[in-house]
Amino acid sequence: MNNNKVIHVEGLTKMFGDFAAVDAITFDVKKGEIFGFLGANGAGKTTAMKMLIGISSPTSGKASVAGFDVITQAEDIKKNIGYMSQKFALYDDLTVKENITFFGGIYGLSRKHIKEKSAVLIEELGLENVANKLVGSLPLGWKQKLSFSVSLLHDPKIVFLDEPTGGVDPITRRQFWEMIYKAANQGTTVFVTTHYMDEAEYCDRVSIMVNGKIEALDTPKRLKEQFKAADMNDVFLKLARG
Amino acid sequence: MKRFIGFIKKEFYHIFRDRRSLFILFGMPVAQILLFGFAITNEINNVDIAILDHSKDATTKEIINKIAASKYFSINQFIEKESDIEVVFKKGKVKAVLNFEKDFSKNLIKENHANIQVITDATDPNTANTISNYVNAILQNYLKEQNKSLTAAYQIVPKTRMVYNPELKSVYMFVPGVMTIILMLVSAMMTSISITREKELGTMEILLVSPLKPIQVIIGKVFPYIFLSIINAIVIIVLSIFIFKMPVQGSLFLLGMESVLFIITALALGILISTISATQQTAMMISLMGLMLPVILLSGFIFPITSMPLPLQVISHIIPAKWFIIIIKAIMLKGVGLQYIWKETLILLGMAVFFIALSVKKYKIRLE
Amino acid sequence: MSITISNISKSYKKVKALQDISFEVKPGELFGLIGPDGAGKTTLFRILTTLLIADEGIASVAGFDVITDYKSIRKSVGYMPGKFSLYQDLTVEENLIFFATIFGTTIEENYDLIKEIYIQIEPFKNRRAGKLSGGMKQKLALCCALIHKPKVLFLDEPTTGVDPVSRKEFWEMLKRLQQKNITILVSTPYMDEAALCDRIALIQDGEILEIDTPEAIVKHYPKPIYNVSANNMYQLINYLNDFEPNHSVYPFGEFVHYTDSRSDFNPTELKVYLESKNLSNIKIERTVPTIEDTFMELAK
Repeated sequence: MNNNKVIHVEGLTKMFGDFAAVDAITFDVKKGEIFGFLGANGAGKTTAMKMLIGISSPTSGKASVAGFDVITQAEDIKKNIGYMSQKFALYDDLTVKENITFFGGIYGLSRKHIKEKSAVLIEELGLENVANKLVGSLPLGWKQKLSFSVSLLHDPKIVFLDEPTGGVDPITRRQFWEMIYKAANQGTTVFVTTHYMDEAEYCDRVSIMVNGKIEALDTPKRLKEQFKAADMNDVFLKLARG
Repeated sequence: MKRFIGFIKKEFYHIFRDRRSLFILFGMPVAQILLFGFAITNEINNVDIAILDHSKDATTKEIINKIAASKYFSINQFIEKESDIEVVFKKGKVKAVLNFEKDFSKNLIKENHANIQVITDATDPNTANTISNYVNAILQNYLKEQNKSLTAAYQIVPKTRMVYNPELKSVYMFVPGVMTIILMLVSAMMTSISITREKELGTMEILLVSPLKPIQVIIGKVFPYIFLSIINAIVIIVLSIFIFKMPVQGSLFLLGMESVLFIITALALGILISTISATQQTAMMISLMGLMLPVILLSGFIFPITSMPLPLQVISHIIPAKWFIIIIKAIMLKGVGLQYIWKETLILLGMAVFFIALSVKKYKIRLE
Repeated sequence: MSITISNISKSYKKVKALQDISFEVKPGELFGLIGPDGAGKTTLFRILTTLLIADEGIASVAGFDVITDYKSIRKSVGYMPGKFSLYQDLTVEENLIFFATIFGTTIEENYDLIKEIYIQIEPFKNRRAGKLSGGMKQKLALCCALIHKPKVLFLDEPTTGVDPVSRKEFWEMLKRLQQKNITILVSTPYMDEAALCDRIALIQDGEILEIDTPEAIVKHYPKPIYNVSANNMYQLINYLNDFEPNHSVYPFGEFVHYTDSRSDFNPTELKVYLESKNLSNIKIERTVPTIEDTFMELAK
């Protein structure tokens, strides 16, 4: 087993009746990689991701995340990954500090550890003035950045980001991606889905799902060469239109 | 007009395609009626009693046979001494003990009275009361029969008759109450949920930015539920008549009209609730807490209003359900016409008009 | 003028959603309101469609005042709120019939207007709207908004959360609609869609940053922009950020858009600096600014 592969997927399939939402996908993700997981709505992205983070059982095939099997060791996976979803990131009616403390506790960090991390985090994000304000009162961009940091509190090996920058203004989006770069540089593997095709270019490698199957998997540069496309948006369009 | 019909069509689609609302609309009423009718009863049947017969003569035997023959009691055991009474109660199965004194027959003939002690297990005071009443009734019956053969009747036997409900059937009490609750549930709660659902889904915005007048939206939302409530009311009445043999002494037409009046009041309340709720959950909570609970507790359905502390009695006056229950009972059990219940009808009418006016006024034509 | 907005302001409790907004939309124009979440786009739409009343200012749509003549507006506009509000448990066809009926028309009457769009979802006409994909819901919602031949069409974030293919198709449909003389006001957070509009207003935090044609806005970008790339993106960004005379450093796909604060900036200097930091494969080329560059510059 190659130690360098933090995610290993082989023939992973999810059926709903006789509809194959995810149809025997196979791929690997290396440690420290920023891996972009793209596809249209309904292509099977979300279903595949749910299997990888251990909250949905595959119909067939196998996969391991951070060394743990997604079917038999789902609970271990949950303990070793970070997850940030667009729909729910933080509690709006708790303050910044309270959110950090709460999630730190859930991840099993000691009080002392939480305190240290909390101070570092607040300073890095420049949230000193709002540390005791309710998260609900923060602008969307700050919430997203805080949410990302919180998902990294327990130093997970891999962090899964589900459309983390939807609706956020362009400057904050880039600041967010700078945070992703930093995390990857420090060895955290980042598995991200996004609808912004220009963000696809920030990834080391990108996979594109169409109708449950992976139809393209390579670096952005090589994909653009392969499809003779000017940018990732173009790649996507050419791939989708066949 | 065509717009309006198109709107109503849509409302019916929603109702019939949502399994949950179908269940609430049709399943629940039937379930409730059957539950209340059969399972929950404050009548007694086959209650276990024990007999302590110090005389063991012909009279006591006759009385005991009479009791055994009635469907209300079942003789569990014969005990021999006083100390056994506590033992038998502690075991739990026996609910009453009849204690015949010594020389029962002799005393009755010679002194014209004899003692039977009826000891009931009053850990359930309602049942205990009923038991002693039934025993008394049987005894009075027996005495009446015996007195026929005597020349002089010295005792004044109080004749109690339960008017309109001689057998004290609990069904008579529950059916009007359950009908009220169900109509309130269907009309108020379902209407409020239906309107807030549009708000939650965002389709309310589109409805507002259209030629549809707000009043058309309100009536359109309410119309299917009037229809369904009436069907429910009919089902309940039919069940009551045929399964529970509950009589409808008065005019069915009057019953129908009063029901429609009550339904309209409940619908107006539903609309009112929707104007203060942003989500379906809120609407449901307010309907349950704000309407259902007061109806169950303060309308006279289960607990008599006259036994409540004065402030609660006053509050009960503003609960539409209270007046409706009085009206239903009057029509179904007493068979009265409008001339006896015009006061309550007027009150209900006034409430209906008030709530309709209020809800139309509060209905927002904008989002804020 | 099809839409006029004068000094509109709106606050929710302490938050100023819109601050003194003014602009106009000409008849038959395809006008884009471009900005991220929280910019005030939806609030403005709700004021124009008469669903909210502004704290200050006046506005009119198709010649009707949004407050005093709201009934007339409600009869003559098409509105597609965010998340394409459709009736999930009604079929495609039932949804369309419903909206046609409440506007006092039929599907047949204005079919030519929606034909090109409806044809794509017609095979699914008996499917419940809730079971449609995002792209199909979008098309259905558009049909429902158009079915009564509105004079003005308000589309609030119609492409959010939808895949790039559907997004592209949607804008193609809008362009064709424009030819039928309908005024269209669209809001979107996607900057690349801005280029497809006749004129755009860039909005952030309740304020308008700039209003003009996409070409003019891009021309207004004050500085030369350079595409910079190297072998390691993360380090490149860091070093550029550390480079004192920088004005802006923004990643843009495989490049970084760099602008310098000095007017006499020489790219060679930058190359030397980056080489000294041990980066290799360094490329620095002049490039044209995009709407996004302009937005970020104005929003700073």
